[in-house]
Amino acid sequence: MKTSRRDFIANAGAAAAARHDLAHAQEPEQEHHAVVPSDPALRVKSLESLLVEKGLVDPAALDALVDTYQHKIGPRNGAQVVARAWVDPAFRKRLLANGTAAIAEFGFGGWGGDYLVVLENTPKIHNLIVCTLCSCYPWAVLGLPPVWYKSAAYRSRAVIDPRGVLREFGLELPEDVEIRVHDSTAELRYLVLPERPPGSEKLKEEELAALVTRDAMIGVAKVTLTKPEGRP
Amino acid sequence: MNGVHDMGGMQDMGPVQRENDEPVFHAPWEGRVFALAQALLAWRKWNIDAMRYEQEIIPPAEYLRMSYYERWLAYVTGLLVKRDLVTRAEIESGRPEAGSPKATPPVTAETVPQMLAQGKSVDRDVPVAARFKMGQRVRGRNIHPTGHTRLPRYARGKLGTVERDHGVFVFPDTNAHFLGEKPQHLYSVRFSARELWGQQAASGDAVYVNLWDDHLEPA
Repeated sequence: MKTSRRDFIANAGAAAAARHDLAHAQEPEQEHHAVVPSDPALRVKSLESLLVEKGLVDPAALDALVDTYQHKIGPRNGAQVVARAWVDPAFRKRLLANGTAAIAEFGFGGWGGDYLVVLENTPKIHNLIVCTLCSCYPWAVLGLPPVWYKSAAYRSRAVIDPRGVLREFGLELPEDVEIRVHDSTAELRYLVLPERPPGSEKLKEEELAALVTRDAMIGVAKVTLTKPEGRP
Repeated sequence: MNGVHDMGGMQDMGPVQRENDEPVFHAPWEGRVFALAQALLAWRKWNIDAMRYEQEIIPPAEYLRMSYYERWLAYVTGLLVKRDLVTRAEIESGRPEAGSPKATPPVTAETVPQMLAQGKSVDRDVPVAARFKMGQRVRGRNIHPTGHTRLPRYARGKLGTVERDHGVFVFPDTNAHFLGEKPQHLYSVRFSARELWGQQAASGDAVYVNLWDDHLEPA
């Protein structure tokens, strides 16, 4: 990332804080949320210790949850599903007919993936996933979403300017390719089944899985024979 | 609510900025607040729709300024107080009030895998007739509820086609306010990009939105 998100947020934050102070000097306390702290780390620490002391959460359960999403559930899950669909036509058929059931064959599902719908990209149809209202994302197969997926830029533009967004990801699609943007407004979670890259005919399932990127399973990239640097 | 969270179709939000080798969490506190939010759901004092609504009522300037997990911290704190798991004074002091009872956490490290495997079921096995058929022309209702809704502004008043009926699901617009699950059919509705955005859109492109019976009317 060139201009850092942190710098942007810091600058925007300073401006918003100034506006906020002004607003609060003029208004009585609102029903809305309390003033945002300058250091969320301290407030989270204080909140966690309060909740632990009250017996509302078990700190070891929090450790387990963090560990699960940091190390156990991520885009490698989805990549295995995609590679299997490329080499096994019967599985591909099951996957497109009932994503939840087919993906459960891998043991993936549940939290953040109770209802999985797989969308097949073809030379003529390109699917793209967004959540304009919040940040819905198929955790069970892709892990937690990257910052850009949750950003105002992506959420606002993916539906009105999908071709422009894809161009920023380096993907220029011809006019005759139909773009289908899927706005995740329910608990259904989408996984894009990208096209198998040309020239990959001799690769084995595990080798294919290693090429599949998170971006391709969201629909902002294609799978290529060389996996781009820095992309999970 | 016609809030700033309903972003689909807004412009001037800048380019999409990507980060190479992005970590799952950018700071340890992000992981902690994420985990707190998951673990606290087990108290069943709120639901995922209420979680979303609690973020939507963050004042707009703050919503845009905050990072993603700052918004999570705001909603978790807000719901804890509103749903009487903690008091405002406890949040401020960081300590339990004198004499407050000590609970037993519903989720432990041992039961986390079970909780995740079980998931968050929101489909309902109840006989509710579908109001719309596959292939039927429908219109997103021109409604502007002041509470939570999963009908994005850009789809209101627009013509679409029912592409798929996913069955009966909890209706978030009432569930978010603890006004009942009101189970009803959930559809994928296809809107042509030109219906939504006019001639500037490519002629074959489309946006698919998941909408419930109460969001639609026959066209």
